[in-house]
Amino acid sequence: MSHHTPHVKTRGGRKTAVGNVGRPPVSWALPGILFFAVFAIVPLAIAVYLSFCQWDGLNSPTPAGLDNWTRLFKDPEFRQAAWLSLLLTTVSWAFQTPVALLLGVWAAGRQRSRAVLSAVFFIPLLLSTTAIAMLFHALLDPNFGVITEIGPWFGIDPNIMGSSTGALLTVAFVGGWQFMPFHTLIYQGGARQIPEVLYQAAEMDGAGMFRQFFHITLPQLRHTITTSSVLMIVGSLTYFDTVLIMTKGGPGTDTTVLPYLMYRTGFQTYDLGYAAAIATALVVVATALSLILVRFSGFGNMRSTREGM
Amino acid sequence: MVMAGLLAGCGTSGGSGSDGGTITAYVYGDDAVKVQQAAVTKFNKTSKVKVKLVSVPGTDYVNKLRSAMGSPSAPDVFFNWGGGSIKPYVDAKQLVDLTSTVNSTPELKDGFLPSIMTAGGLDGKIYGVPMRGMQPVMLFYNKSLFAENKLEAPKTWEDLQNAITTFKAKGITPFALGGADKWPELMWMEYLLDRIGGPEVFQKIQNGDTSGWGDPAVLKAAQTVKELVDQGAFGKNFNSVDYGNGGAPTLLNKGKAAMHLMGSWEYSTQLGKAPEFAKKDLGWTAFPTVAGGVGDAADVVGNPTNYWSINARTKHKDAAIAFLKTMASQDYAKALVDNGDIPTTSNAASMLSTSPNPQFANDQYSLVQKAPSFTLSWDQALESKYATPLLTEISKLFAGKSTPEQFVTAMKAVK
Repeated sequence: MSHHTPHVKTRGGRKTAVGNVGRPPVSWALPGILFFAVFAIVPLAIAVYLSFCQWDGLNSPTPAGLDNWTRLFKDPEFRQAAWLSLLLTTVSWAFQTPVALLLGVWAAGRQRSRAVLSAVFFIPLLLSTTAIAMLFHALLDPNFGVITEIGPWFGIDPNIMGSSTGALLTVAFVGGWQFMPFHTLIYQGGARQIPEVLYQAAEMDGAGMFRQFFHITLPQLRHTITTSSVLMIVGSLTYFDTVLIMTKGGPGTDTTVLPYLMYRTGFQTYDLGYAAAIATALVVVATALSLILVRFSGFGNMRSTREGM
Repeated sequence: MVMAGLLAGCGTSGGSGSDGGTITAYVYGDDAVKVQQAAVTKFNKTSKVKVKLVSVPGTDYVNKLRSAMGSPSAPDVFFNWGGGSIKPYVDAKQLVDLTSTVNSTPELKDGFLPSIMTAGGLDGKIYGVPMRGMQPVMLFYNKSLFAENKLEAPKTWEDLQNAITTFKAKGITPFALGGADKWPELMWMEYLLDRIGGPEVFQKIQNGDTSGWGDPAVLKAAQTVKELVDQGAFGKNFNSVDYGNGGAPTLLNKGKAAMHLMGSWEYSTQLGKAPEFAKKDLGWTAFPTVAGGVGDAADVVGNPTNYWSINARTKHKDAAIAFLKTMASQDYAKALVDNGDIPTTSNAASMLSTSPNPQFANDQYSLVQKAPSFTLSWDQALESKYATPLLTEISKLFAGKSTPEQFVTAMKAVK
């Protein structure tokens, strides 16, 4: 009896017996958890600790209580950087999502040119961010770059990087150009999972391409959109290398996004305590945004898009 | 007291270094490293303690040094700019006070120009021995463009204004400026403040009195910057031009800009990028006077030179000092001259005839030698906690994102 009861309980807690086949015990995750702890949790904890200290990197950190945090909430530069980060994230998302989605859906099809073109689209992702930033920097040089030739055709002032809006949009564009192939890949995978029968049924009902896209493809891809968006938001919030190479936070401080402000404070001003506070704030904002997105998109419920089929 | 204890400790352990060992020396990695490498090779031939030179790429130098100095694997000897660049290490009692060593060693005491030796120290103490060439900031110009427009190198503010008007009318940018890098903009503030208010204004700030930013001369200098920007003296797109990738120097050698305010290294930069231009068309002069200013037009700003300092935790202090002494040698100075640098040794003048460009070398040497004051570049003279906000605020001023008044207020508020 005592041997039998727990067995029944366990069975009761499970949805179906079939679902359990081959599910590994928790211990399998241990190496992963350990790795994550050493390289993510511990540094994060140290950063949080440092945000309550004053540290110049040479002497030992000295406890400073809430100094860094009260300063953070009053600092106009932090406020500006936070605003710029949110702006950059929004612009990046609005720019990347539709393009990546359409490209991904298209790439999931069977056109003849598709394989070749998909391979070409994929190239930017293989290049290093530094190389890409330096490339665009050279192209956009206001005196000797290609932009001085091409810009005027489209009525674009070659001094893009010298204007505040231009510089921010360029950073968003370069980031988008680099990471769009990645999101295209995610959408391609998502689109290939959509059962063919749905389209066949829709066609029989006389639905055209647009109706099929809006009534089948888009709803079926909603979890893919969430996944891609979360990655995009976290990526844009922590976007740093392009800013460092292309604009150095300028003109003035108009592209000084949060990660760049953190770098400047930590590794140029050597105010590592305050830099840790900025970093911690960044983690909080990024986590909060991802959680909100997951919650409101229904992604957290883990309901299948194929429910009812 | 603590300092004395540390030094005594190092002194003893330094003695034990006679049975061999290694000194690590960090150096700013650029074209001049080969001169230091040669000096190291020569020194190692006769010394039991060997020097190991670590060349750190220029852009990473400050960061890497800072991280290393906070760790157990700190260098024994390291390159620096003196002044504010070593203040954190002095405050953390990490540097060997070289005052008495220099004063009791004639070859060091009399070997270098006194103003240069002083400029590397802090609070009247000496922490470094000069080890590279002098780098005054000069006004470079395109001789052909000046000749075509019947202009002379500007000596007064009136000349300068005249040149600006003439070149603008011809569609030529009067001054090349690498605004994206920020520090080239700082050079303008440095000279303007010196010419308007004299070197004392910045000296006060450098000595830790931030109220010095409130001096009327600072505001006047910032207003002059705004006037120049509004006039279009730097053209329209200087905010997106770099110095580092050759943007600004190319403007000068392609004739798109007429002048360029830059450190003396501009000469070798141009020689590398456009040798023909450097030899035929590149002119240089001192920064002009500014109307109504009280500063001496012979004053210079820039980097007096670079220095070697010794880490107080080194196990081989005596050997390190012996290595530093070789910097005063005739051979070392000669190697610098051959590399196109102007040594800061007191007898350098006699060697300059063998420089790749003797005229440039002589002009530069006499510019520095005659200068009543040599102000260290502000971003090196101030500690990074002041220097970084300063560069940001300068960039905002040039970009028109803040007014001269806001610049002053912001700088007074930096703590």
